[in-house]
Amino acid sequence: MTSCVDTIQDYGLRAIGIGERLLPKSDITLCEQFVLIGSGLLWNIYFGFIALLLGFWLATALALGKNSHLIWLRLPSNWFVFLFRGSPLFIQFFLAYEAFVLLPKVGIEFEIFGTVFAAETRWLTRAWLGALLVLFCNTAAYSAEIFYGALKSIPVGEIEAADSFGMSGTKKFTRIIWPTMLRLGWPSYTNEAIFLFHATALVFFSSFPAWRQKGDALYYASYLADKTFNPFIPYPILAGYFILVTVLIIWIFGCVNRRLNRHLPDSQRPKRPKFQFIR
Amino acid sequence: MKKIMLTAVLAVFTATGAFAETVRLGTEGAYEPWNFVNDAGKLDGFEIELGNELCKRASLSCEWVKNDWDSIIPNLKSGNYDAIIAGMSITEERQKAIDFTEEYYPADPSSYVGLAGAGDAVTKGVVAAQTATIHAGHVASSGATLVEFATAEETIAAVRNGEADAVLADSGYLKPIVEESNGALVFVGNQIQIGGGVGMGMRKSDGALRAKLNAAIASVKSDGTLNKMIAKWFGADAPQF
Amino acid sequence: MFLFCADPAAIEGLTWLSCYLTTGKHMAFYLSFLVVLVLMALAAPAAMLFGFVGALACRSRVAPVRFLGQGYITMVRGIPDIAFFLFVPVALDQAFEFLRHKTFCSETTQPVWRGNEFLVCDAAKLPLGTSPQWVHEIYGFMLALLAFAIVFGAFAGNTLRGAMRAVPDAQLQAAAAFGMTRRQIFWRVHLPQMWVFALPGLSNLWMILVKATPLLFLLGVEDVVYWARELGGSKTSAHSYPHGDWRLWYFLGLLVFYLALTWLSEKFFTKLMARFSFGQATLGGSEAAS
Repeated sequence: MTSCVDTIQDYGLRAIGIGERLLPKSDITLCEQFVLIGSGLLWNIYFGFIALLLGFWLATALALGKNSHLIWLRLPSNWFVFLFRGSPLFIQFFLAYEAFVLLPKVGIEFEIFGTVFAAETRWLTRAWLGALLVLFCNTAAYSAEIFYGALKSIPVGEIEAADSFGMSGTKKFTRIIWPTMLRLGWPSYTNEAIFLFHATALVFFSSFPAWRQKGDALYYASYLADKTFNPFIPYPILAGYFILVTVLIIWIFGCVNRRLNRHLPDSQRPKRPKFQFIR
Repeated sequence: MKKIMLTAVLAVFTATGAFAETVRLGTEGAYEPWNFVNDAGKLDGFEIELGNELCKRASLSCEWVKNDWDSIIPNLKSGNYDAIIAGMSITEERQKAIDFTEEYYPADPSSYVGLAGAGDAVTKGVVAAQTATIHAGHVASSGATLVEFATAEETIAAVRNGEADAVLADSGYLKPIVEESNGALVFVGNQIQIGGGVGMGMRKSDGALRAKLNAAIASVKSDGTLNKMIAKWFGADAPQF
Repeated sequence: MFLFCADPAAIEGLTWLSCYLTTGKHMAFYLSFLVVLVLMALAAPAAMLFGFVGALACRSRVAPVRFLGQGYITMVRGIPDIAFFLFVPVALDQAFEFLRHKTFCSETTQPVWRGNEFLVCDAAKLPLGTSPQWVHEIYGFMLALLAFAIVFGAFAGNTLRGAMRAVPDAQLQAAAAFGMTRRQIFWRVHLPQMWVFALPGLSNLWMILVKATPLLFLLGVEDVVYWARELGGSKTSAHSYPHGDWRLWYFLGLLVFYLALTWLSEKFFTKLMARFSFGQATLGGSEAAS
């Protein structure tokens, strides 16, 4: 057991560059497999969490854009959603990477809240930014479709009630339309979150290169399958990790779901999110 | 890893006819001039020509199978093909997993290639290498920053577009690329000797087949056929036996 | 292809391009689009079959069968499809060969797993070592197809199970009141009504399937992605048509192909969906009705 503690110290944070520099090459133990794949999972969680967090806001904007009466809002929103929903993520990653490496390599400085940030276009070719950007656009497009569908299925009675209360514009949106839209779209959105998390496994597998052998869970799983010549151990470990995180996502989204539906009488609450997927 | 490539093939029928033992040869098909897919969509290259010659001499009927580099050893072990002939250097690490025939290409030093004007220092900078190669292993332990790509093609592209400062690969692979880059790419730093020579990878349990192929390799070596092939595919200054 | 293509180095411009785009390698590329379409056409019904069996198993009165069905249907929620694709074909292949080894080579005493080598007797090899290459290719394609069917069968099972639950109980009770047997109720009342509820989910599933096909490349099938990479990579003068790194253009082509495919599918399904939501008291329904 003590040796496994050492392994955790050596490789627990290997995916983000902390710990032993060289990956194990031969006589790979089960513990090393668990630890390395687990450390790669940090990347999957990073990609999934940030993309979802930022994508949510763009998705709301896009859903409203799709629903807008103004053609210059509706068309770009429709096109954006179509582009990212209509093509495989695998190909999006590849094209994004190829396009990003063509950008001139310059540094950009910009100011947010008085702090000056220096950014480089070169960062876009790195997975942490480039792949994140693709995942962000991707989840925004899918979520927008879900939210748009939810927007369309808001019971007219609720809108009429809001009108008769004299609500208008922003107030009607923030108090009635938006919460109802989220409530109706939430089961599907839960699944979008799960799918997005699964999609993060593609990042290092399609085109974004791994730097200093820092990769995600699948990167390490395939590394170990290659070194041990046995796919029957690393991939099930990977699957186990993913199931764990998926359960966690379902739990967190379930909590939010309960909050969104708290005003409904017990009998009307959805028992549990159904597996409706829009992808 | 069942990664039999569809439509992959170049069936070779030798004169020995139906009684010949069928041997399936696995190769990558993406490592010019060792093995690649030519304009007609067929496998071509030094190893394809050599493999066919070896099969003829060993009275085997050979079939070619294309397989991705990163799963080429697991697929040999699970029996998808019987031998790997894909520019694979004989290393101690690999010898733990599979057996090798005698080498059919002498130990070829590996080289770094960078953009024109790059100094030798780039070999300690960001170095690109193909995943699961001896080169990737070398860069990882050399102290340079390793960037890994799935194919050799992508490692070159990474140097061209500035993603990586240099690429480490077999000299034989890099030479034509450098020569045809119109001066955009140059060899940098010293050549290094990483692996042994190049041999065919076999399952440890296939001793009989290995003996046959070894005999065939010895025969092409002794009558000079192998040297002629090396000169044809790698140029006159390539290492010879 | 064309006669004037005999010496590629001497031609240029459109002539060069027309020769370049008709090389044997490009023909293989065009053919691979067909491979993708065939896979989709075969995987969809196969996945439906798996899903249907899975959904039925979920409703079984025998507890182990029910658990098996539920396990199958829920597993896809937890595991990325790519992990499945890397694993399932190997596992299937070895499972098949292991079973054949047990059947055909019972007299062999040597273990199948020796160290880390997987060795079955010659008679158990799938396909047999002596079979021609096309058999190997078809077998590889079938394994990929099976992997797709298993993964997407779990999705379909989810949809079908949900749809079966959505059929109003009153309908089934009425059928029972007429004295129908369980079997009759299922085939005559439950199943025909279920499809209406399943359609939206299944149309989504089709879209997911379309967009998962580039992963074929990971299963070792030479699909559009494989050839796009192979053709787009820069070519030295060892080739008749040397060029730089053109992968971006090839992948843009793939993007257009997939966009067109999903656009066509979407068109088809929107028409179908419009019928279902027509006249319902929702924003979408009232707009459609007004």
